Amino acid sequence: MEITVTVNGTGYTRDVEPRLLLVHFLRDTLGLTGTHWGCDTSNCGVCVAWLDETPVKTCTVLAVMADGHRVRTVEDLATGDTLDPVQQGFSDRHGLQCGFCTPGMLMTARRLLDDDPDPSEATIREAISGQICRCTGYENIVRSVRAAAEIERTADQEARA
Amino acid sequence: MTTTDPDTGFRALDATPMGYGSMRRKEDARFVRGKGRYLDDIVLPGMLHAAILRSPHAHARIVSIDTSAAEAHPRVRAVITGETLAGLGLAWMPTLSHDVQSVLATDKVRFQGQEVAFVVAEDRYSARDALALVDVEYDPLPAVIDAQHALDADAPVIRDDQEGRTDNHIFDWEAGDAAATDDVFARADVVSSCDMLYPRSHPAPMETCGSIASMDPVSGKLTVYTTTQAPHAHRTVYALVAGLPEHKIQIISPDIGGGFGNKVGIYPGYVCAVVGSIVTGAPVKWTEDRSENLMSTSFARDYHMRGEIAATHDGKLLGVRVTVLADHGAFNGTAQPSKMPAGLFHVFSGSYDLAAAHCAVTGVYTNKAPGGVAYACSFRITEAVYLIERLVDVLAHDQGWDPAELRRTNLLRSEQFPYTTALGWEYDSGDYPRTLATALDMAGYDELRAEQKQVRSAYERGESPMLMGIGLSFFTEAVGAGPRRTMDILGLGMADGAELRIHPTGKAVLRLSCMTQGQGHQTTFAQIVAEELGISPDDIEVVQGDTDQTPFGLGTYGSRSTPVSGAATAMVARKVRDRARIVAAAMLEVSPDDLEWEKGAFRVAGDPAAAATMNEIAMAAHSDLELPDDVEGHLDATCVYNPPNLTYPCGAYVCVVDVDTATGQVKVRRFVAVDDCGVRINPMVVEGQVHGGLADGIGMALMEVMAFDTDGNHLGASFMDYLLPTAMECPSWELGETVTPSPHHPIGAKGVGESATVGSPPAVTNAVLDAIRVRHADMPLTPAAVWRAVRGTPLRTDLAIG
Amino acid sequence: MQVPAQFEYERATSVAHAVELLTRYGPDSRLVAGGHSLIPMMKLRIAEPETLIDINDVAELTGIRLDGTELVLGAMARHADLLASPLAVEHFPILVDAERVIADPVVRNRGTVGGSLCQADPSEDLSAAFAAVHAVAVIEGADGRRQVPVREFHVGPYQTVVGDAEILVEIRVPVRPGGGSAYEKVERRVGDWSVAAAGAALWLDPTGVVTDAGIGLTAVGAAQFAAARAEEFLRGVPGSDDAFTEAGRIAAEDCRPVADQRGPVDYKRHLAGELTTRALRRAAARARGQEA
Repeated sequence: MEITVTVNGTGYTRDVEPRLLLVHFLRDTLGLTGTHWGCDTSNCGVCVAWLDETPVKTCTVLAVMADGHRVRTVEDLATGDTLDPVQQGFSDRHGLQCGFCTPGMLMTARRLLDDDPDPSEATIREAISGQICRCTGYENIVRSVRAAAEIERTADQEARA
Repeated sequence: MTTTDPDTGFRALDATPMGYGSMRRKEDARFVRGKGRYLDDIVLPGMLHAAILRSPHAHARIVSIDTSAAEAHPRVRAVITGETLAGLGLAWMPTLSHDVQSVLATDKVRFQGQEVAFVVAEDRYSARDALALVDVEYDPLPAVIDAQHALDADAPVIRDDQEGRTDNHIFDWEAGDAAATDDVFARADVVSSCDMLYPRSHPAPMETCGSIASMDPVSGKLTVYTTTQAPHAHRTVYALVAGLPEHKIQIISPDIGGGFGNKVGIYPGYVCAVVGSIVTGAPVKWTEDRSENLMSTSFARDYHMRGEIAATHDGKLLGVRVTVLADHGAFNGTAQPSKMPAGLFHVFSGSYDLAAAHCAVTGVYTNKAPGGVAYACSFRITEAVYLIERLVDVLAHDQGWDPAELRRTNLLRSEQFPYTTALGWEYDSGDYPRTLATALDMAGYDELRAEQKQVRSAYERGESPMLMGIGLSFFTEAVGAGPRRTMDILGLGMADGAELRIHPTGKAVLRLSCMTQGQGHQTTFAQIVAEELGISPDDIEVVQGDTDQTPFGLGTYGSRSTPVSGAATAMVARKVRDRARIVAAAMLEVSPDDLEWEKGAFRVAGDPAAAATMNEIAMAAHSDLELPDDVEGHLDATCVYNPPNLTYPCGAYVCVVDVDTATGQVKVRRFVAVDDCGVRINPMVVEGQVHGGLADGIGMALMEVMAFDTDGNHLGASFMDYLLPTAMECPSWELGETVTPSPHHPIGAKGVGESATVGSPPAVTNAVLDAIRVRHADMPLTPAAVWRAVRGTPLRTDLAIG
Repeated sequence: MQVPAQFEYERATSVAHAVELLTRYGPDSRLVAGGHSLIPMMKLRIAEPETLIDINDVAELTGIRLDGTELVLGAMARHADLLASPLAVEHFPILVDAERVIADPVVRNRGTVGGSLCQADPSEDLSAAFAAVHAVAVIEGADGRRQVPVREFHVGPYQTVVGDAEILVEIRVPVRPGGGSAYEKVERRVGDWSVAAAGAALWLDPTGVVTDAGIGLTAVGAAQFAAARAEEFLRGVPGSDDAFTEAGRIAAEDCRPVADQRGPVDYKRHLAGELTTRALRRAAARARGQEA
């Protein structure tokens, strides 16, 4: 069936099988391979992207369910050469190793900071608790999100000054 | 200077260091943008998709396979069975442990999840659909599930493919001096013994395994994109298995979403993809789903151990002996140095000065997936460290000794290095007492013990169900396999090549055989060159993962990259520097002996103004400058590094837990880890490696396990059942360091990738058991297991809970 | 990656439309809400509906509101909505406690209250929480609406009273003053299904005597997810620790857990009692205004 999904600000109309998973629509149909998949049971969270304004596990959403909606993926975070503060935070604080869980972590972190500009360690840990990382032991992910918050606060203060 | 925030750890330097230091990783630029290129991101023109039909039975005879309905599916291009492969001589393939393994089952299936048929279709959904159309008739057989009964006289014989076989016995192997050890035990005042299981677990990288095979029918060249930690080893194995000429095989390992040992071996799906490409004439992609990954690819551990430790009654450790029943699954497919059927398990004398030690290991077949050495285990040093560190605690428990004091008084002292253990290993360096003291000091050990006493009083008064535990472990790792004379994989000595070329403008390309899976090789290996040559890491490209572009070497596992390829990198850079000296001498018209090296330039002794920078030298080396007759132009070098010994990092870990005795729940409150891995190239990256391994300790000790029911059903076949730690179970790690450089490594570095995975599980286990004052209970210490342990009826964690 | 078998897809725009679509496509059609239980089962091909009717656009199914003396949860209220609901915090902290331990934050963004209830997994948390607070399910079909107490909603594992052409539209929970409630869960790891869990709702008179009690149990084979005999024991007795311990003992006695990899029977039975007692204690503290 024909669906139209606005992905990262661009509308895409495609003819898809109803059973096509959103993660495959993004990766295989649109070639946006930044969103990964890692399990079949919505446990691992490497497939997290935004459906409208909300982080969801795209392996457990059908592409047809996104018809008429907006999707935002990791590819939309940076503006040209300028990284989003969450990307900068992860890079500064070694918040990633193999990079496979990173896009999902970044999308959750972006949403979190939009809702809470100064999240505590406990808040960050809870926010990413549905997303598994096998490399970092989470420590530097937590630090990265805090660093991103700091980057945003500094930028805000500079903008106001 | 490195910026360290006391509460938040390392932050990348603002400017790229000219050598070592906490620099931002070069690879992150693509990863944070979602521009990594992992296996499933790759699309080749005309590519087909494959799926594997797997056995629902743990042990069954195959009566018939009917593929006609699947073949009739409009989008299916090929269905390959064991029969197809048998016609090509590929139904079985050699393992890395002197055995063979079924590629697609022909006679029997021998574990649940075993590969039975391979379907190639035009899209991935159709390939999956067609699996349901393959009709297999099985005749189920009784399964061997409990390793402890694998050698029973009436146990079904799993490997009846081997002529004359009447049992499930694979090997007996021993190390150490049995008689000397028995002597020590006979003289000992006290002996403690303990049965313990290191249960079957799985590396479970976030990216599963996969492969894209593309056979060019014209050139006869096979290109395989695959998730491999060891591209060159894979190429040689493909050549040997498929009989293809090695120069016509190109293995490309793209970005890898974590390996941890899971991506060392060659799996049936990879071989089938190659056959699929040959049969269809198109590239064929096969990627595992998560269940396939957990059920069929390289598991880890599964060691049933009976350990004994002997001591004097004033607490001097004397000796250790252990018998091991090793469950290797249906095929003996462990990936380890081929002369060592138990890997490096025989470093189990640990960090202590012991008079004697001995182990006897028996390997058995069971109806489970093959594998065994994986999950950041340093070739079974995880099992060895768990054994000794548990035994020390059991002894302390039995005698009422303080486990920290018992360790402190028995650790090797720095003046004993190099130290040859009772099992024959020559430990290179360390300052164990200082490492332990640092950890105890950071943890506030005495204060913790005082607090624990108070918590226990409240518990004993019935005021609270809570108890507090403090667990220690001190580990010695042995990494950097290995000296080629003693260590090989399939006859390939474990030495690594390196090639370094300096371009005319002074930029460089370094080509290596090892393969990053997230360890940051693109950054840290550039930093080694930078340290040696004074070329910025930003100006050095590190090339890995393509066998057509890189020198031969055995790959990345067993924490061997820095000890072997890192040493090769330093050595090849020094070769370049030697050449640069000659070029600089010609440029400056002085004798090479008159030049002094200062990072990035040669200066004439006594005339500091007369100098040639690496940039100038590089250009001159490619120019019309007259060079001595025996000196080639350009500026490049190659080397092969054959390590003289392993490197021996160590660490002292302290874990603090709170246990709710009424529910069995464990909360890890704190974890202090002091690691000594010699010189740290990029401290930020080292810290990250340790963090990841510590989380493994939480996982292993508290939740990760693959158990089986009596029919051989896999009870951990998805992430709903195979639990991995989240951010909520992990505390904020507290890290410390001591630095004793390796005396034989060119830059004094030791491997660190697996240190924390090796060292942390016993610390967590010891902490839980310390809290509940139980002598021993097996991992994982789930709430049910803890509650049962408190009541003296511990669970058998490798079997279904009845 | 595992993928679902083929199916037809329809999107309902209203409850009436959903019922009409269910009627048209018959018993092999299924509603999909958040999809976080159904889609994984479809990937495993345990569920192979011929038609999937998407109710995510049905606005009348959303929202959490107070209707007179009832808290009303739309079937399509997301778990995250309930977790963040000030009304739930005020009237039924048990629901907030339960939501906090259901799956993980990202799943809770998508999964729905009604979807969880209709999935009827024996380890699902809301069934017991709603049983404890005596919630009522409102079900709509072609013939109109009917109300079914949550304690009569389940007819077995993964089975409910909702008919083939019916849809759960809302859950109504009577709000009564003087109450407190809490939910206690033991899980092997954050995000895992319950090993066992207990929810308690307690109403105390000014002297501290229990006027009414509701106890829900998860994953321990309790009939209708409730502990009726323990509730009966509590009515009319002072809300003391001893009474709560005895109620826990009774609840444990009455449940029928089965062993699985989360734990053996004796442990689960023990947990049923321990967690019942703990939930009652916390519910009582909340009823007395001693704890948030």
